[in-house]
Amino acid sequence: MNRNVILAGVGGQGLLALAGVIGEAARALGLHVRQAEVHGMAQRGGVVQSHLRYSDRPLHSNLVRMGTAQLVLALEPMEALRYLPYLSPIGAVVSNAEPLVNVSGYPPVRDVLGEIERHPTHRLVDAAALAKKAGAIQAANMVMLGAGSPFLDLSEAALIEAIASFFADKAPSVIDTNVQAFRLGAAAAPPS
Amino acid sequence: MDLEEIERSISTPSEQSNQTQCPKANANGISDDASAPLRAFAGALTLSRMPHVASSQCRQEGLVRTHLLLGNEALARGALDAGVSAAYAYPGTPSTEITEYVLRSPEAAHGDVVARWTANEKTALEAAIGASYAGRRAMASMKHVGLNVAADPFINSAIAGANGGLIINVADDPSMHSSQNEQDSRVYLDLALMPCVEPADQQEAYDAPAHALDLSERHRVPVLIRLTTRLSHSRGTITTGPTRPPNPFSLPEDPKRFILLPALARQSYARLVEQQANFVGESDASPFNRFIEGADRSLGIVACGIAYGYLLDVVGDSFPHPILKIGQYPVPERLVSELMNACERVLVLEEGFPYVEAKLRGVPARVSPTVHGRLSGHLPRTGELTPEAVADALGRRRSPTIAASSAPIPRPPALCPGCPHADTCAALTEALGARPSGGVVFSDIGCYTLGALPPYDAIDTCIEMGASITMAKGAAAAGLRPAVALIGDSTFAHSGLAGLLDCVRENANVTVVIVDNLAIAMTGGQASSAEGRIESLCAGLGVDRTHVRTIEPHPRNLADNVAVLREEIAYVGPSVVVARRECIQTARRRARSGQSEEAGDR
Repeated sequence: MNRNVILAGVGGQGLLALAGVIGEAARALGLHVRQAEVHGMAQRGGVVQSHLRYSDRPLHSNLVRMGTAQLVLALEPMEALRYLPYLSPIGAVVSNAEPLVNVSGYPPVRDVLGEIERHPTHRLVDAAALAKKAGAIQAANMVMLGAGSPFLDLSEAALIEAIASFFADKAPSVIDTNVQAFRLGAAAAPPS
Repeated sequence: MDLEEIERSISTPSEQSNQTQCPKANANGISDDASAPLRAFAGALTLSRMPHVASSQCRQEGLVRTHLLLGNEALARGALDAGVSAAYAYPGTPSTEITEYVLRSPEAAHGDVVARWTANEKTALEAAIGASYAGRRAMASMKHVGLNVAADPFINSAIAGANGGLIINVADDPSMHSSQNEQDSRVYLDLALMPCVEPADQQEAYDAPAHALDLSERHRVPVLIRLTTRLSHSRGTITTGPTRPPNPFSLPEDPKRFILLPALARQSYARLVEQQANFVGESDASPFNRFIEGADRSLGIVACGIAYGYLLDVVGDSFPHPILKIGQYPVPERLVSELMNACERVLVLEEGFPYVEAKLRGVPARVSPTVHGRLSGHLPRTGELTPEAVADALGRRRSPTIAASSAPIPRPPALCPGCPHADTCAALTEALGARPSGGVVFSDIGCYTLGALPPYDAIDTCIEMGASITMAKGAAAAGLRPAVALIGDSTFAHSGLAGLLDCVRENANVTVVIVDNLAIAMTGGQASSAEGRIESLCAGLGVDRTHVRTIEPHPRNLADNVAVLREEIAYVGPSVVVARRECIQTARRRARSGQSEEAGDR
């Protein structure tokens, strides 16, 4: 197996934690993993993305090549659209439906969501509502992990184990909240 | 992972590591073990030396074989396993996580390694040189522009040499993700005549410190380890190797080497020049440099550092042309000659400057073989390398893509909501009124540099660390009224102090606004060297105490802060306004610690 995933979001949304959990799940399964991150200035409310690759064969590049990602998983809808050139024409777009408008000139939200909906395989999820239901708005990233999980080719058990592992130094309630958020995201309206 | 695999990974390494970790040296000190595979470092783990990442994995598997580490973290792990006793650094993207990892390590907790953030990169490297003088294995870490600050000790330490192994880890930032330029640290090798290791991936980043420290101790010379952003900030699965104890304390056998008086320096420099042939021999024999045969010699590839990974990603397993992978400098002359003599055309893939390409072309560009790369236009001259650029240069077809969306607009970074710098920018802008188009606010490197962007438009310059105060002074002397410097607490400690002393001596008509958010915020909230002593530092340098003012940048204090700024701007002579309020991010983290912390920015 060989997966190329682009994770997209805005600084402060928990994108690195999302990448960390998926990467940990793949590592624990004995897969080769490469995961490029953005640190530094862009984390201040700017564009952040992560190139995440895992495979049962050795990987050599930290970056996903354009046109080869099976999934763009986005914490923000305009950011989902930014990385379409990385997506394989048969890949999936999974995005949080709620825009984060911290710049002027943000395109009409209807247009942004409409463009995602026109993509052959897509899934739009209200991450904030489900995260609140799980117990913490900050767990929206784990809701999106659940929403993207059908396209990750990693078992639910492996992903939940990775959540527990990633948040191992936090209170047990934090793990429960994040696992619950993951489950709610996975059970949200199915992809179309 | 099955048990057999675990056992294999434990039972094999000792014989392998004996071969590779301590390569046999011939009379010239050159390893004769050219073909030793680098991966042979892979092997058993000592659980007591496990990194912090392992706790949950230990529970899960009973044993840990692989780690998912950033290139920076892999380098730090490798340095700790290789017996480094001292790690000094000034934080800077993309290098920061090297020292963060060391600081969080069990080795630091147990006092086995001294790890410190220092005032700047120069003091970091000098402290590492001192530790090496005392016989310990030592390292200093910095970003590429930090090496400019440390260039004096860097270049001269190559002449003085090392006692304990000394490595200088420098992370370059091509494409300027978080930097003001994309200079290539390899160019410094030509000034310092120092060897360099450039890892191709996370595993090599782990392997590099042990190799470079051995190289350093064999030849008594510091060694540069060069990383670039995409390795520093990319995670990869690595296997750790055996650990070795730190060096004991021991002073140099020939202490005169460290006295660079001209008469002695000439001898030391002559020795360094003589050593160059040995360094080239080391490169030709290095496991970081490899010649991979190929039958079709119409083209040969030189792939440096992570470019080798992009090449393999693009061409897959079957590639008909010879490849020279370069991961150690000086350029391996025997291997390069082999490739150049065999191939009609050579394509050089390298991250950063066309450093190797220029050496292969010579001046003027040689006729045969033709050398292609960033200089010839076969690859972009600027910006970081990408797999797409490599594919294009090789004439490989790109994968089909869907059309880019026209919807996304730029989303530049911005000051966080509630950031004290926003309040300082607002107060300063109001205090100054309409600024002339030429500008009057000289600023510096830090979060507050984002004050250049709308809606603040509050600063006019950003050149390099510490330039705000001295540029304001120079402009004031040239006739600018008013002249204001805006500098952060840590940047002030890094390289603002000497400039303020210049202002005092010249009674410069400059107002220095020090935005003190009690953290080195942009790089993650490390403690500033000036914390708790900014006002006393300014007064100690000679600024009139009545013109060292402190304000709290907060919307509720706007009118008062504008008044203080106006008074000090009106004052003729050097004055300082310290705008102090804690970084909103570190304040939030502190408030959260002890409470439940949910998924979020880590």
